[in-house]
Amino acid sequence: MDRTVEAQFAPRLAGRIGLERTLALVARLRELGILVALAVIVVVVGVQAPRFLSVSNFEQILLSVSLIAIVAVGQTSVVLTRNVDLSVGSVVGLVAFVTGDLLKEHVLGVPGAILAGCALGLGLGALNGLIITVGRVPAIVATLGTLYVYRGLDFLIAGGKQVSAIDLPNSYLRIASSSVIGIPTLIVFAAVTAAIAAYLLRYSGTGRELYAIGSNPTAAELVGIPAQRLVFGAFVICGLLAGVAGVLWGSRFGTVNAFAAGGLELQVIAAVVVGGVNIFGGSGTVLGAVLGAALLGTIENALRILHLSQFWLQAIDGAVILLAVGTDAAIRSYFQRILMRTGRR
Amino acid sequence: MSEPNFELRGVSKRFGAVHALRDVDLVLFPGEVHALVGENGAGKSTLVKVLAGVHQPDSGRLTLNGQELVLRGPAAARDLGIAVIHQQPNLFPDLDVAENVFVGRLPRNRLGSVNWRDLHRRAEGLFTRLGVALRVSVPVRGLSVADQQLVEIAKALSLDARVLVMDEPTAALSGREVERLFTIVRQLRDRGVAVMFVDHRLEEVFEIADRISVLRDGRLVATAVTADLTPAETIRYMVGRQLESLFPKEPAAAGDVALEVRGLTRNGVFRDVTFQVRRGEIVGLAGLIGAGRTEIARVLFGIDHADAGEVLLGGRSLAVNSPADAVRLGIVYVPEDRHEHGLVLDFSIAANISLPIVERLSRLLVIDRGREHELAEDYARQLQVRATGVGQAASGLSGGNQQKVVIAKWLATRPTVLVLDEPTRGVDIGAKAEVHRIISQLAARGMAIVLISSELPEVLGMADRVLVLHEGRVAAEFGREEATQEGIMAVATGHHGS
Amino acid sequence: MITQLSALRTRVLARWETLLVLLLIVFIWLGSSLSPYFLSGSNFSDLTSNLMEKAIMALPLALIIIAGEIDLSVESMLGLASALLGLTYAIGWSLWLGIPLVLAVGALGGLLNGLLVTWARLPSLVVTLGTLALFRGLASVVLGPQSVSGWPAAFTNFGFGDVPGTLIPWPFVVFAVLAGAFTFVLHRTWIGRQLYAIGKNKEAARYAGIRVARAKTLLFVLSGVLSALAGVVLTARFSSARADNGQGFVLDVVTAVLLGGVNIFGGEGTIVGVVLAVFVIGVLRNGLTLADVSPDTQSVAVGALLIISVAGPTAVRRIRSAWSNRRLTQAADSS
Repeated sequence: MDRTVEAQFAPRLAGRIGLERTLALVARLRELGILVALAVIVVVVGVQAPRFLSVSNFEQILLSVSLIAIVAVGQTSVVLTRNVDLSVGSVVGLVAFVTGDLLKEHVLGVPGAILAGCALGLGLGALNGLIITVGRVPAIVATLGTLYVYRGLDFLIAGGKQVSAIDLPNSYLRIASSSVIGIPTLIVFAAVTAAIAAYLLRYSGTGRELYAIGSNPTAAELVGIPAQRLVFGAFVICGLLAGVAGVLWGSRFGTVNAFAAGGLELQVIAAVVVGGVNIFGGSGTVLGAVLGAALLGTIENALRILHLSQFWLQAIDGAVILLAVGTDAAIRSYFQRILMRTGRR
Repeated sequence: MSEPNFELRGVSKRFGAVHALRDVDLVLFPGEVHALVGENGAGKSTLVKVLAGVHQPDSGRLTLNGQELVLRGPAAARDLGIAVIHQQPNLFPDLDVAENVFVGRLPRNRLGSVNWRDLHRRAEGLFTRLGVALRVSVPVRGLSVADQQLVEIAKALSLDARVLVMDEPTAALSGREVERLFTIVRQLRDRGVAVMFVDHRLEEVFEIADRISVLRDGRLVATAVTADLTPAETIRYMVGRQLESLFPKEPAAAGDVALEVRGLTRNGVFRDVTFQVRRGEIVGLAGLIGAGRTEIARVLFGIDHADAGEVLLGGRSLAVNSPADAVRLGIVYVPEDRHEHGLVLDFSIAANISLPIVERLSRLLVIDRGREHELAEDYARQLQVRATGVGQAASGLSGGNQQKVVIAKWLATRPTVLVLDEPTRGVDIGAKAEVHRIISQLAARGMAIVLISSELPEVLGMADRVLVLHEGRVAAEFGREEATQEGIMAVATGHHGS
Repeated sequence: MITQLSALRTRVLARWETLLVLLLIVFIWLGSSLSPYFLSGSNFSDLTSNLMEKAIMALPLALIIIAGEIDLSVESMLGLASALLGLTYAIGWSLWLGIPLVLAVGALGGLLNGLLVTWARLPSLVVTLGTLALFRGLASVVLGPQSVSGWPAAFTNFGFGDVPGTLIPWPFVVFAVLAGAFTFVLHRTWIGRQLYAIGKNKEAARYAGIRVARAKTLLFVLSGVLSALAGVVLTARFSSARADNGQGFVLDVVTAVLLGGVNIFGGEGTIVGVVLAVFVIGVLRNGLTLADVSPDTQSVAVGALLIISVAGPTAVRRIRSAWSNRRLTQAADSS
């Protein structure tokens, strides 16, 4: 049998193992890359403004990072299924205001207000989910719409006023700042949330199904995975976590107006994308998203310390998104080409 | 003699006007490798899809272990222990091998969480049983097609499948990988699995199969134990049909060389392809699916790029880097898949016909709809397109008429070289003859034509010369007088001599 | 049967524009009942004048969506253009230099979008989300929180004033000319035919020799230029160049295009529909403003309109195809 044609194109074993190992290496490289970037920022900014390296500032960084991270965890579960939620910033802002307002007007006590805030987040997420799964509106259009609807509701409810720290009970304000064994509650909470999410994504059947849906939606249907239900669930989770972040936002900043958390969605998406969560779905980790949040939170703090306008942050968010997605695509097509050359088709 | 595992009795399946399967009786025995052979379009893929539960037969019965069954979908087939491996693996690229094998059935520990160590251990165990060293913790994305296939097989094994159907599994494999696959298939057979193996390559079929069935035009025309058949007989069963004189080929004087291909190579797909086409000549490209014919056409048309070799049009070596270039240089392509690539279904007939030359049909940017209409009517008349008018949407036409519109579209660009890829697939008999008449007339008027076709009677009826591709190489060339169905099929399936 | 469906489809589109006209009438009626001031000529002039920058940006976006992509960065390019114009003016450049420069920057930004989508093969959604942030950020870096005022009278008269003797704002003239040009190109020229082909079946368009990548890149460049133009107009109208000019516009622009009947999945849509939808949104906002609803709160209505304008037709399409499928199987069963 004449097989010389194929023999020349047969994949070389060594090459193949190298390919597999390299793919794993790339994932590690990304996490390393973020840590390196963090180190660079710390050094450069620390030299310019030593205050950056102080313990209290470090705590501020962690608090910012924690808020971003909580929302990023929710966004990760959505992005894994090949969707996106642009409305998270508006959800955080709306929940922060509503929670504060409920406390200010003495409508509810602290536990009640917190619950209400979380429930609001969950409800808003569920509405997103319904529009996307039942309404069959593409996630980008749906959440672009709800970004403005939710923010608009915020303005409607706020009516130009704001909730100030003095209007709020201390027990609420202390949630973010108080410490548990020396570490601020907010940070602990973020860490616990991330840990739980990471566990569920890795060790629960539902978590693995989220990956499957994003990786190959048609195969997922064939295997009998209830994609619509799971996507709905992912948006509910995303809304819930954004709501939680909203409650904590109010606690941390005290003063909240209708503009709160504006633009947060871009920060969160940048965090998720730079952390290695594939925008096409199917791969990515909570750890990566958290590292991404760390990077972006640190950048935000650095900008403040250096007295650079916060407007730089938006430019950086955009640049990060473009670079991260572009690099991912470049790596993928590079490997695709290698694969085509060493194996048939 | 063992009891049959899986039986089809009188199974028929129709898709619109096309009878894909006609009254097929097929029996699969446990512990046996049963090969299904046939030309392209004989109905093999449809049969596999019926077995997989993807299609429901229009008539006939399926029985498994004596129980009659109705497969409502792929999941139902899987639950009954019927594992099907399609030509294209349908895996999750981002999940690792082990997870792909056990997707939906991941092993859990006492707390209910996924037990990854157990998962990897079990997956490794499966691959050890298959005698393959494959790392189970790597994402499937990085694997070659051959390895992905192994993952599918492992999946079937893990489901304890009693029936395993494989659709053209060796199409993308190298020699060594095929041997590895066959060893595994023999193991499965020895363990009592009923294996059905769809394959083109007779050498392989005769090496691995215990029983062979031949499909032709949707009917099962022969089934026998391998020992009782020879390759030559098998080929005769595959193609044996009366050659109706449906194709009134007009004589055409061969003119200058219009298209010359020299040493054209695309790594991993085809190699060292050299041929010439003169004006007025019809050169047929025969061969099995995957032999490289469509791939050559795509390179000629600028969709893909060659790694080596030259394409000369009218004696000049030219770079064709995009379909736009190709059209400009006078070489056009009627694609295999007319719905995906040939037509904009929502557009009218006229809009489809004018699409490549719509700029030329415009004056000061404005499309001259009068000219467009006239042009379309002209071609519709010449090609006898049956429609309510050239304003009708292409989606409303029958397959044959749609194909005529695609051809008309290209004729309007006044090409030098016309490449047709399976031009009468899915087209009914009457329209087939009309398309052939058109092709013949075009050649008579001096066009250089490359006809890619899996329908041997069509190739024999139309072509002045037939090039047979096998595994990416031009394996033989036949003149019109010496070409026979058996001869072509023998070369296409890699079987030399009888 | 299928012929009937495609004829029906064209009638649906015609009906869609009728729906928009009806919607427009309803909103006008609602507006007039909310305020006696509503039906005055000067109010319509104001309403229109507020609308024109968004309207100008909606035109290229319609083509981009018809071709199967999307551009979210339009509002940020507007802001960047405004900021750059302000900067150049503040350092003493003449507007004759500043405006062309700003338009060129718009083209470059559009080129960036286009290359990332066609050459790097990134999804336009993510690319323009990134540039939405990037351009706005750059605008803020350029001008900071300040604003630039003190523009020449001719400039601000153009942005704010009307054609002498009428109540027609000058920017409307610009928009009308552009809308006319876009209608002409999309519906009468070979360029428009190619765009529809690309949107309906990208592969078939490519196989027909259409240069898809080039077309898409040029569309993004056009979007960038017109967004920059909108930035110039807005600066003139407000008499103020600010980095945050145009913030929030993307909602109205995308809604106008989708409400206007352009299919989010590509291949369908008309300029007439988009123009009608632009005015529907303008009238809606104007009415709400007169009812003392703040612009940010108005976004609730516009956002809802966006979602409904996509969910609605999809639902109708699904009901219709389910209905026709039932008819087809009934026909097949009886044959």
